[in-house]
Formats: sequence, structure tokens, C-alpha cells
Amino acid sequence: MSKKAFRPDVDAPEYKGGYSPYDIIKEGTIAIVIIGLLTLLLAVFFGSPDEKAITVKAWSNAAPVDFAQTAVEELNGTSGTAGYGAPYNHNATGQQLGPLTLGKWVGVHIPINTVRDFIIAPLESQPSLPGLQSALAQWKGASTSVKNGWVANYTKASNNMSFSNGQLVVNATNSGPVPVLISDLTSMARSGALDQALITGSGYYTTDYTKPLLFLADSDYFPTLAAKQHLTGSQWGMMNETGQYPGQAWLWLYTFWYQVPPFNTSPNADVLIWGMMMLLTAGLLLVPFIPGIRAIPRKTKVYRLIWREHYATHE
Amino acid sequence: MNWLGSIINLDGYGHYLHWHFILVSVANLIVVGLMVITFVAALFLPFPGKGRRKENR
Amino acid sequence: MSTTEIDRQWTTRLRKRVEGKLPPEKLLPDTQPAYVASWIYVFGVATLSSLILVIATGTLLAIRGPIWWHQSSIGHFVNSLHLWSVEIFFFSMIIHLWGKFFMGAWRGGRQLTWMTGVVTFVVSIVTGLTGYVSQTNFDSQWISTQAKDGINATGGGAFFNVLNFGQMLMWHIVLLPIAAVILTALHVLMVRVKGVVPPYEDEKKVAQ
Repeated sequence: MSKKAFRPDVDAPEYKGGYSPYDIIKEGTIAIVIIGLLTLLLAVFFGSPDEKAITVKAWSNAAPVDFAQTAVEELNGTSGTAGYGAPYNHNATGQQLGPLTLGKWVGVHIPINTVRDFIIAPLESQPSLPGLQSALAQWKGASTSVKNGWVANYTKASNNMSFSNGQLVVNATNSGPVPVLISDLTSMARSGALDQALITGSGYYTTDYTKPLLFLADSDYFPTLAAKQHLTGSQWGMMNETGQYPGQAWLWLYTFWYQVPPFNTSPNADVLIWGMMMLLTAGLLLVPFIPGIRAIPRKTKVYRLIWREHYATHE
Repeated sequence: MNWLGSIINLDGYGHYLHWHFILVSVANLIVVGLMVITFVAALFLPFPGKGRRKENR
Repeated sequence: MSTTEIDRQWTTRLRKRVEGKLPPEKLLPDTQPAYVASWIYVFGVATLSSLILVIATGTLLAIRGPIWWHQSSIGHFVNSLHLWSVEIFFFSMIIHLWGKFFMGAWRGGRQLTWMTGVVTFVVSIVTGLTGYVSQTNFDSQWISTQAKDGINATGGGAFFNVLNFGQMLMWHIVLLPIAAVILTALHVLMVRVKGVVPPYEDEKKVAQ
């Protein structure tokens, strides 16, 4: 540093002033005590939120038609999960960052076939209900084009679906076994058996809720509940919390981008915003190396407030 | 077993402020506001113990 | 055994290096430069203290497992302590970040101190996310089904599945806390090695 020119935003001047007593252990202890008390007070006064989890049982009992229509979407391939692409299936390219299809390149690592995983496999786990076994056999024995025809006919009819006396009412014709499948799946959901079937697919012990969460996320019921709590993406939801509690306010910049053009309408919003946030984070990381940015503190002179005592005695 | 319940109940739907595209919960606004106030206060409030610091040269 | 042989030992060399870089009086100083005289300096230690409380309250939650706090009012209270210590942690850390920015605290070879701080901030945000999705309530259902889209769009969702409760809980209570503690320790040690950044040159004086 002796010969080279002094760079005020990179180098620090040598300090030749005095020193004062400093009890680092005492300071740390006092800080822990004060913050501990503050935490205690906040917890005593405000508590914490705990909005109960939604079950497929609760969903299908509160909104049986929405459940059945979501099941139809899982069957006809129009649900969010069915048409998601990687990492769940190959049914879409997924989001693109310019020419880059990152998700697709990484590939399908959590395979989800909505027909098999959300409809057929859970129904197969049921004890032999009258009509169900033959409906399943009919489904499995049919060719793809026949299945598609049944599903298309049922889909049309399901727009006018209703629910009365514990039964789905659908005026469907030429739908093969589909009415039985959807009706039995709805009964299964309303009994709570589907919650169980969706998580036990891979064995007795489970800690993986990917399937029931994806199914639930395809509904209208679930996002409507979230919207009431201002939790959706277009409501700055990432920084919000259920009830009147503060949320993850530190996510403000991330959730901000979702509110403004072009991101608020872009199908690639997630990957664009993630890309941008990664760049901005790299920028924050590299502040000490970016000319101009690293000069901001020197030029704004906020430091003169922080070190005003120092400058007062050294001028 | 309610003796550990909170004194002020913050359950129920939150209060939100809405200007144009900006939508913020009152709770978050309070937190962010307190952060800014705390930062500014930390800059301006006099720090105690000036007498102990000897700026000997 | 000659002294030179002892001097060449890895152990000896490591000890000498540590002693040189971080003698006890630097690790646990009893004085500090007189310019350290502002309330803005308390937010570093406040962040560290709240991190200790976050870990302590999280440890209490871990004793009875992830579902306990739904079933017990004591558990719920411990959860409240955990939540508010986290809010204070981020609150302090962000003010600490603002303060250090306006001091240009990376000057004088302190770039790595700044960088470990930023990485710790990012790791803390991810730890927060995994905590929110490990709550086993409506919040975690909603946050995980939303967060998956962002992570899947980058390709990361194939390995980091926010819908997998077991995976997220492990990250939240094992992997990420270890990372956060190591990063924080490095950050604090760097501050102790390099000392607190001195004030900018007095511009009036420089002009003279």
C-alpha cells in the first residue's frame, strides 16, 4: 500500500488514534439478555399463527364439485400438475430463460402421472366396492383412444356437475367407467381415505407430501383460501403471513417483481425473476469490487454521522 | 391450558394497505417502518461513554 | 528429536499460523479503536445474539418433534419464541447490512468479511423458507406449493423438493443451521482478525 496510490473505496487508512476499553463478553451477555427479553415479550403479547393444514378430506367435503372437477382435470390432462413438465413429467417444456429450458434439461426426477398417481392407484387401494373393480378393469382394458373419448365426453358433462345427497350428479353419456371412477374417488376423498392413499403409495413410513400437495394445488378451493389471507403471488403473498402477523418481509424485492410488467403477465416469470434475483444477489456479494457502487457510501457521507465523534476530535 | 396464549390475538384476517400495485400488510409495514426508524435512530442518537474514549494521537 | 523437526510438524505450523493471525488478545479484545462509537455497531452483536436464541428455541422445538407445537400450548409458546427470535434476527441483520454498507466496511482487505456476511444472509433466507414449509400447517402447504414453481423453473426442484416435508425438515434443522453457524463463525473470526474498519480519510484534511 506504500507505493501504490491510495484507493479510498478499497483501501482503509491506517488508524493512529486512541483505543477505549471494550468488554466483548459483557456486551454479548447484555445483548443476549435484552434480545431474549424482547423475544419473550413479543411471544407473550402476540403469540404465533397456526392455521390448520387443509386435508383432501376437508377440501372434498367443503367443495365436492371443485374436488371432482379437479379430479377430472387430472384425468384429462388439463390440471396444473398434469401439464407441468419437469421435474414431474414430460408434458410441457416448462419455463424458459431466453433459449434456456433449465427445468427440462435437468429432467424428470419426481415422476408424477396424474392419472395413475392421483386417480387409478388410490382407487386400486380401496376394498372391492361394488362396481369399482369392474370399472377399473374396463379402464385398464381400453385403448388410449377409447379412454380419451370417454374422458372427453365426461369432461363436457362435468361442467354442469352438481352435488346433492352425498352424490355427484353428472349427466354424462358414453363415458365408460369414468363416472364410477370420479364418483368413487370423491367418496374416497370425503372419507379421508384418499389423504392416506396419496402419501402411502411408496410404503408405510412417509415424510413426502408431494402428491397430495400437488393435487391440492390444482384445485380452486386452496388458492381461494390463500387469496383471502393475501398469500397469492399477485398479492405480494411471499412476504405475507396468515392472520395479522408479520411475514417474511425480507422477501419484499423478490415478491415485488411479480407485481410489475413484464413479469406479472409472463409465463416465464418465475425463471426470469429467479435469474434476476441471482444476478442482484451476486451484485450484493460483489459490492466491494464494483466501481461506482462501492463509492456510494463515501459519496453519500452517511459515514460522517456514524463517526462524527471521530471527525470532531480529528479536525 | 390457555395460560400460555397470547395477550393480543393476531389471528383472523389481516389488515392490508393498497396503493396502485403496492399491497402491504399492516404488520409488515410496522416491521419495515421500525427497521427504518431504528436505523435512523442508530445513526443520530448519541452513543454513551464519550468520556471513556480517549482519542490520543 | 530436533527443534526443526518439531517446527516442521503440521500441528506446530497450524498452531503458529493461528497464533499469528488470531492471538488471544485479538480473539477476545479488551479495547477497541475509539472511533467505534455509534449505536449502529450494536446490530452485529444483536444479530449474533438473536441467532443464538433462534438456535436455542429451535432446539427446544426439536425435543418433542415437528408436530408437538400444534398439540401443546407450551409447544405453541416455544414456537412463538422461535418465530419472534427469527423476526429479530432478520431485523438486526438487515440493519447491520445497511450500517456496514454505509461504512464501506469492505475496505482495507475486508472483502471476504462482507462476502461471508452476504452468503450468510442468503443462507438465512433459505433456512427461513425451509422453516416455513416445515411448520406442518396451512402456511407450509401454501408456501411449498408456491415456492416449488420458482425452484422448478431453475431446475433445482429436482433435487430440492419443497413439497417433501422430511427433506425440508432435515435441511431446516440440520444442514442449513450447520452452514449458517460455520459462515457466522468465519464472519466473526474475520472481523476479529482484521479489526473493525477505520473511518474514511477526512476529506477536508486530504484536501489540505
